[in-house]
This record gives sequence, structure tokens and C-alpha cells, in this order.
Amino acid sequence: MIDPITRYYRTVKDVTGPLIYVTGIKKASFGEMCAIRLTEGEERLGQILKLEGELAVIEVLEGTSGIDSETTTVIPTGDIAKIGVSLEMLGRVFDGVGKPRDGLPPVIPDKYIDINGLPMNPASREKPDYFIQTGISAIDGLNTLVRGQKLPIFSCAGLPANELALQIVRQAKISEEEERFCVILGAMGITSREAFFFMESLAESVAQERTIAFINLAGEPTTERLFTPRIALTVAEYLAFEHDYQVMVILTDMTAYCEALREIAGARDEIPGRRSYPGYMYTDLATLYERAGRIRDRRGSVTIMPILTMPEDDITHPVPDLTGYITEGQIVLSRTLHNKGIYPPIDVLPSLSRLMNLGIGRGKTREDHRKIADQLYASYARGCEIRRIVSIVGMEGLTELDRKYLFFADEFERRFIGQGEKERTIAETLELGLTLLKILPETELVRLR
Amino acid sequence: MAETVETRGRIYGVSGPAVVVKGLKGARMHTICYVGSSGLLGEIIRIEDEFATVQVYEDTTGLTLGEEVVSYSEPLMVTLGPGLLSGVFDGIQRPLKRVREISGTFITKGLKLDALDKERVWEFTPLKKKGAAVRAGDVLGTVQEGHITHRIMVPPYIEGGVIKEIVSGEVSAESPVCILEDGRTIGLYQRWPARKRRPFGEALPPSEPFITGQRIFDTLFPVAEGGVAILPGGFGTGKTITEHTIARFSVSDIVIYIGCGERGNEITEVLRDFPQLKDPVTGYPLSERTVIVVNTSNMPVAAREASVFTGVTIAEYFRDMGYRVSLMADSISRWAEALREISSRLEEMPGEEGYPPYLATRLGTFFERAGKVRCLGDGDRQGSVTIIGAVSPPGGDFSEPVTQAAMRFTGALWALDTELAYKRHFPAVNWHKSYSLYYYQLRKWLEENVAPDMPDLREELMAVLQKEAELAEVVQIVGTEGLHDEDRLTLEIADIIKEAFLRQNVFNPKDAFATYTKQYWMLRAIFAYKNTATEALKRGVYLEKILSHPVRTSIMDVRNADNQQIEKEARKLIEEIEGAFTE
Ligand SMILES: Nc1ncnc2c1ncn2[C@@H]1O[C@H](COP(=O)(O)OP(=O)(O)OP(=O)(O)O)[C@@H](O)[C@H]1O
Ligand SMILES: [Mg+2]
Repeated sequence: MIDPITRYYRTVKDVTGPLIYVTGIKKASFGEMCAIRLTEGEERLGQILKLEGELAVIEVLEGTSGIDSETTTVIPTGDIAKIGVSLEMLGRVFDGVGKPRDGLPPVIPDKYIDINGLPMNPASREKPDYFIQTGISAIDGLNTLVRGQKLPIFSCAGLPANELALQIVRQAKISEEEERFCVILGAMGITSREAFFFMESLAESVAQERTIAFINLAGEPTTERLFTPRIALTVAEYLAFEHDYQVMVILTDMTAYCEALREIAGARDEIPGRRSYPGYMYTDLATLYERAGRIRDRRGSVTIMPILTMPEDDITHPVPDLTGYITEGQIVLSRTLHNKGIYPPIDVLPSLSRLMNLGIGRGKTREDHRKIADQLYASYARGCEIRRIVSIVGMEGLTELDRKYLFFADEFERRFIGQGEKERTIAETLELGLTLLKILPETELVRLR
Repeated sequence: MAETVETRGRIYGVSGPAVVVKGLKGARMHTICYVGSSGLLGEIIRIEDEFATVQVYEDTTGLTLGEEVVSYSEPLMVTLGPGLLSGVFDGIQRPLKRVREISGTFITKGLKLDALDKERVWEFTPLKKKGAAVRAGDVLGTVQEGHITHRIMVPPYIEGGVIKEIVSGEVSAESPVCILEDGRTIGLYQRWPARKRRPFGEALPPSEPFITGQRIFDTLFPVAEGGVAILPGGFGTGKTITEHTIARFSVSDIVIYIGCGERGNEITEVLRDFPQLKDPVTGYPLSERTVIVVNTSNMPVAAREASVFTGVTIAEYFRDMGYRVSLMADSISRWAEALREISSRLEEMPGEEGYPPYLATRLGTFFERAGKVRCLGDGDRQGSVTIIGAVSPPGGDFSEPVTQAAMRFTGALWALDTELAYKRHFPAVNWHKSYSLYYYQLRKWLEENVAPDMPDLREELMAVLQKEAELAEVVQIVGTEGLHDEDRLTLEIADIIKEAFLRQNVFNPKDAFATYTKQYWMLRAIFAYKNTATEALKRGVYLEKILSHPVRTSIMDVRNADNQQIEKEARKLIEEIEGAFTE
């Protein structure tokens, strides 16, 4: 893929962090990939981030150590970042930039695709209304997932987000057996232990030929992390929209991705936005998440489940905040519930599925699904409020009704949310919800009316 | 308009959406150019010596040093005319349905398409005759677009003339509808610079409410027709649903919906649902009165920045015909972020949080295009543009620059609240933080058109909510049990107000739209309950007995009463209430 009129530049001027500044550039394109040849014959990949006259700013994927201004050669490839895709990728494990990591030979590409993709025309999108039963009450009953949705898990350090994601993958596939279904993992900055866990659990829950993994480990170059989700999503789009697959993409950990973004921005001396994350992080994340969806006249879909760790458990931190502004809801995990021994520790109040209404109701789940969900929410919220009061005034200050709400909130957490590893059908979930609501007097259940 | 001159230069540098071009001699600020071999549309936003910086409306990946740039001395234009209605356009007005036919599912780069279909034939009914003298803004004739009468006007840039020829019957944009004595022609379409406000006859003061059909807005925090309301709120608090709801139910002749840096699926929803939904006033499909401008979050940021100006220009155009236009902009913050991103690529001196110092000024050039006016031209037409803008403050914190800047231009603030959204109390409008500066100007209208005591009921409502906030603090200390009975009753009434009146279910057709009359009668019923219950308590009826009385449930149900039947039903209910605690 080297340009016909081969261009060599041995003019590296500066090296800062993951970036190199190359002068004397005659012909180069914005976003062009470059081969960077070190003295020892090692070759790395780089991407042009900025062009100004004869100066190019290049981000080096595998890191800049060993690069010098004397002998390092930069060779623009004439091409933007692309990934070779093929059905043969199913069952394989790659590194963060798409090179095999499983010891097998590289796949023979069916074609090369720009990893940034193109924006989907809103006039081409299809309604995402196909209910996915995850078997988890807090999701199915209250924050329903549908095909083609982008629904992240907001976790706190040390909470079982990965376990939950894998459980969803395992349980969700059942209703999809007759169809082409696959899971793509895009892992950024995870530990080897996590990588091992993911690969092992995926193998247990989904047949191997239905998974593809792109893994960038914590010790590997951060710059690669910017490529990993894009590559995973490009392959996902290819499988979904050219081969009719129902693709579930798990991206973890998006916080590590955002930190990589911040690192590059810092190296470029950009004006930082909130908490020194770059001002364009919203747009950058949107170009990933918006790739979820369904398309008219196609059978496949791309569902994205990003996982992120909220730094200091703070939901207003830029990473969860901007994610929530882009995704179609969020599943929020709570340390308090986790400490109470509740699994899955889903805090339903801040959790949301914006596409829920499309996936539920008559013919899909149950006609009164919305009402039951609304009532459970309202009653649980009231119970939680009373719990706060109790912590100050004690039980004596409570009316009879207050006590009932309190009891309801406890039972709801223990039985409805805390279902353990057990799987529930949507019918069981909704029945349980109704049973729990019987704790309260009927006059209180205004949303069921 | 001035003749366009072409100049050529070459790409010298690229940084995201900002492209530096060398050698564009005589290029003018804020004019358009085509960049590179694929001819990406851009606008000149800085000139320094022989260098011009262009913000490119498409993805710049792949642009190569030395590629050619052609500049035209014309600003970014919007095409206005029949065919806009029920259309969907991107930020630079490319028609997305046509784009789909040409480029398929994904939007490819460098597509050059006319915003409106030039070849489409329309039936033109002239209103002016040969020999008539006409001035800018005069209505030459009409074209029927669904149920909307599209008035073909003398464009503002033709100050006047005498008609030499005017057609009747079928005409397309390819040929003129009218030729003036001096040889100038007027067609079905006008073109107007997106960033320039369209002229009008005279600005009119706000005097009537813009009716949303949503109780919390109309009763508590009304926005005037021609006014500006903003909806700040953290993620998931209901900004988009509110924008959709107002687009659906508000009393508007024309709705412009701008999806500015938000989700693709939300626009798809409008595209899909609006043709099926009916305008609550006219009964015609909603799509017929709607124009969508959309530049989703993953589409190029420069075009996102342009989208609000494209949208408001279309809004003004319909205003000029004498229509009541409402414009939904979701979200202003994404627009501001686009501005910030471009500014930072230009390495401009940043202001607060990296936004350029001219953020507020630029925002003003958008918001100030709202208003109620006497239109230019004949026939004493009045038109208005009401803007409802969503704002997405980081972390839900309203002290940030965009919310603060937007507040300077708005008369109504509808503050959305994360806590209410968590409880699924929708619309999640915080009644303590929201306000309307229009209310005092609208009081008279309310007294005359709803009921003389409507303002009193509103004030009483606010008083109960205020009292409740105070009591809630006491409860934090002593618990509900520790309150006096009358205070507990106040809490109960506040609860009824919240559940039965402020909460409104947009997904329930019976509840989704409430006329002012319905809002009034609901309030009457609630306050009948308040008065009767308070008296009963004074007479010594046990609080528990009052609270458990079934009449409470009946009040919860008035929301489902028909807008037409409300007075009858409310009177019946009031009678029931007044007889409730007697035994
Ligand atoms: N009026 C309403 N009635 C019922 N549900 C609502 C209402 N408003 C919002 N919701 C619920 O809240 C969810 C989020 O609303 P919405 O998408 O409008 O939020 P938003 O403020 O636009 O968020 P973002 O800033 O992330 O775009 C909806 O999907 C819906 O479930
Ligand atoms: Mg929104």
C-alpha cells in the first residue's frame, strides 16, 4: 500500500509523548497513515493528526521510544486508516490495532474499510424495536434493551460490570439462536487477568466461532486505544450490514479510551475542556456510539454495550457524563447495593433505557409493562426518600404509610433487583413486580391506573 | 445580488475541520468555497495575508497538501420555497432523503445536491396582475403544499417594481413566476444568507402565549408567541421528549425541528411518526407542517454549527408569509461545542471553559431571530418565530458558560431536574428553579381568554408548592409524624398538584395535550379539594379520614377527561368534593 511515488522523510524534528513532528513534507493527507522505520529495522504505524505547511504532526501507534531525529524514516502510505475485514475474523483474537494475537496467520481480507466509517443517514435508520430478553429484571422490566441500541454500563472500580455484561451476552443470545449472532469485544487498557476472564467466559457462553476480540492490554501503547473501538465497530458494521449478523459489541473500558484521548490532546498542547479532557470528546465518543443501529432494508443490527468506570464513583465526571449524553440510556451500578450483597448491583433510579417504549407493550412484552415499570420506579424512589429521613429522625417519625414504603424499598432491592445469577423471563419479572407492589395500599398505586 | 467571482488557491494545512488555504486572492470573509478534488463545501472564517482559513462542512480526512480550493464570493445560502415542508435536510441544507437515494445508507462525502427539487412542478395561483406595482414582501401568488398555503413573495432583495408578466398554473423553479418591467425575474425559490436575519416590517411586543398544551409550561411558566424558552437539563432529564412533544402538540402553523449534534435515532423517530400523527388543531398529518434540519453528533461539526442558522432562516421565511412558526433546537450546547472546537483549531484565545469569548454574541445572533413581527409587504400579515432551545450542561450544572449565555436571551427558563427524572416524574421541570419573564405580559390575555381568576389560581398553586418546600425541610428533621395535621394536609395537596396536574403523560393521548380551559378546570377542582379538606379539618374531621377518602382518586383521574368535556366533568367532580367530608 506504499504510495507509487514513494515519499521518504528523514526529518523528524521533535518528539513529544506519543507525537512526532516531521518537517519538509511535500505531499501528505490529513489522517494519512505513515510507516515509521526505526534504525533497528523496526516498523511502526503512525497517523497524521495535523498538517501545517511543510510540518506534519504524527501520532505514533506503538509509542515513540527509540525514535530519533537522525535516522528515523517516515513514509506516508498514501492511505487513511483501514482495516481488512472478512468473515474469517469470527473466532479470532487480535490486538488493539487488528494484528493477530492468537498465534494464527493474518486473515485474508475480503476488503479494506475506513475505520472511521461514515455517518449513517438518519433517513436510513430503522426503528430499533426488537426486544432483547436479558433475563435480568432490573433491565428487562425497567430499562429494556433493544436491538441496535447503545446502552452503556456505568460501573465503579471493583464492581462486577464485566460479569454483568457477559451474563447479558450469555442470556440474550438464547432468543437469537436461529439467527446469525455474534459478539465483538473491543478492550482498551484492560489487565491480562481481565482479558483472560473475558476470553474464558466468552468461550463458555457463546460458541467460539461467534466471537471476535480486539484487545489492547494495560501495558500496551495508549495511542492504540484510539483505534481499537473503531476497528471493532468497523468489523461490526461489516458483519451486520453486509452479512446480516446481529452483532453485540462490548467496549471496555471506555474510561481508559478517554484517558488516551486526553493524553494525545495534552501532548498537542490543546486547550483542555473539563477536567483536562479535550473539548471535542463529546463528538469523538459520538462517532463511536452512533454507529449502533438498524438500517432499513437490512436484517442485521449493531448493539453497543460500552463499559466504563466512573472515577471516584462520580456520575458527573466527563466520561460518564458525555457518554450519557450520547447513548440511549445507561445501566448504573451502585457500590452501596454491591456492599449489601445484591447482585446485579443495578441502581435503577439513575438507570434508563430511552428505547424501552419501542421494545415493550402488547405483542412484545405485556400491555401494562410501562405502567408497572413507572409504578415500581415511583414507589421505590419514595421508599428511598423515606430511608434518608429515617437515617436522621429514626423510625418513630414515620407514619404507617411511610413504613410500608420503607419495607417495599427493601424488598424491591432484595428480591427484584437482587436476583443473583438466576435468569428470569419477562413474564416472571413483571409478575414479581406486581406482587411486590401489593405491599402498598391500592390508593397509592396511581400509576397502575 | 452581487455577481460571484471565482478565485483559486491550494491547501496549505489541515487540522480537523479547519483547512488553511494559500493564495486565495481577494477572497472575502464568510463566503463559501469548495475544497480539494472532491469539492467539499466550506466557509472562510479567517483571512491572514495570503492565507485563508476555511471551516469545512464535511469530514476532512484524506485532504492532501496542494489540492485546489475554489472560492466564490457568496455567503452560505439557504434555498427557500415550496418543497421545504416535510423535508429533512442536513446542516448545510442537503436533502437527506435524496442523499439516501444517491449514496445509500451512509452519507458519502462531496455530494452536491440542490436543497429543493428544481424540476418539481407546482400549481401557482397568482394574486397579482400584470401592471401591478409590487414591493419587497408582497405576495405574488400561492402554491398549495398539503394543507399549507405557501405564499410566493417578492424577495426582500428586490425592493420593488411593476409586473410585466405573471404566470398562472403549472410552474417549476426552472422558470420565473413573474417578470418585472425592468427585466428582473422572480421565481418560486428565494435564496437567503443563512447568517443574516431576514427583514420585516415592524417588531411587535409579546402579548399572547405560545400554547404548548403542557400544563407546567402554559400555567406556570408560559412562553410568549415570538419568545424564547430554554430547557437546560442533564442527560436523560427529558429535553428531547419535551422538544418532540411541543413539536407535536403546540399550536403552531409551522414547526422547524433542528437536531443539532444529537442522536440519529431521535430524528428517525420524528421522520417515522410525524406522517402518522395528526395536528391537534387542524387534524392534518404533522409532517405537513414540519421541516427537519439535522446534523447528528457524528456528522461534521462545522455543519452542525451552521445547522441552527439554516433552520432559523427557514423559520423566518415562513414567518414572513404570516405564519406562527415554532423552532425546536436540540441542543444549543452541541452547537456551542462545535463553535468551541473550530475556535480551538484556529488557536484562538479561549474564554471560559475553552469556549471562544464571542460565544454569547454569536448565540445572540441566533436567539435574536425569534420574535413576533408585522411582515414586510402587503396584506397586514403578522408572523412569529418562537424558539425552544434545549441546553445540555455538563454534569447538569447550570453555572456553566453555555447555560449562562443562553439565559441572557431567554424569557422563559424551564429547568429540568435529574432528581425528578430519577423518580420518573415527567415533565421533570423543577418548579422552584424555572421562571417566565413573559408571565406578567400575558396575565391580561389569560384573564380575558381563559378565566378572570386564572392568574389567582396560578399564584395559589405556586404558594402551595413554596410551602411544601419549607415543610419538606422540617420533615427532614422531625419526620412526617412530627407535623401538624394542617401541614400534613398541605403536603397531601402538594402531592395531588404534582401527581394530578404537574405530571403529564405524553404517551397517553387523553393526557398529552391540555387546552388552557382544561388546565383551568383542573386547577378549580384541585383547589375545591384544598378548601373543602381544610375546612373539614378545622371542623374536626380526622386527617386520616380525609386522606383516605376516594375523592382523591377522582381528582387523579381528571387528567384523562376530554378537552371538550372538561367543564362538565370538573363541575361534577367539584360537587362530589364539596359533599365529601360531611358525615
Ligand atoms: N414527558 C415524559 N414522559 C415520559 N417519559 C419521559 C418524558 N420525558 C422524558 N422521559 C423519559 O426520559 C428519557 C430521556 O428523555 P430525553 O431523551 O428527552 O432526555 P434528554 O434530556 O434529551 O437527554 P439527552 O441530553 O441525553 O439527550 C426518555 O427516554 C423517557 O424514558
Ligand atoms: Mg436529548
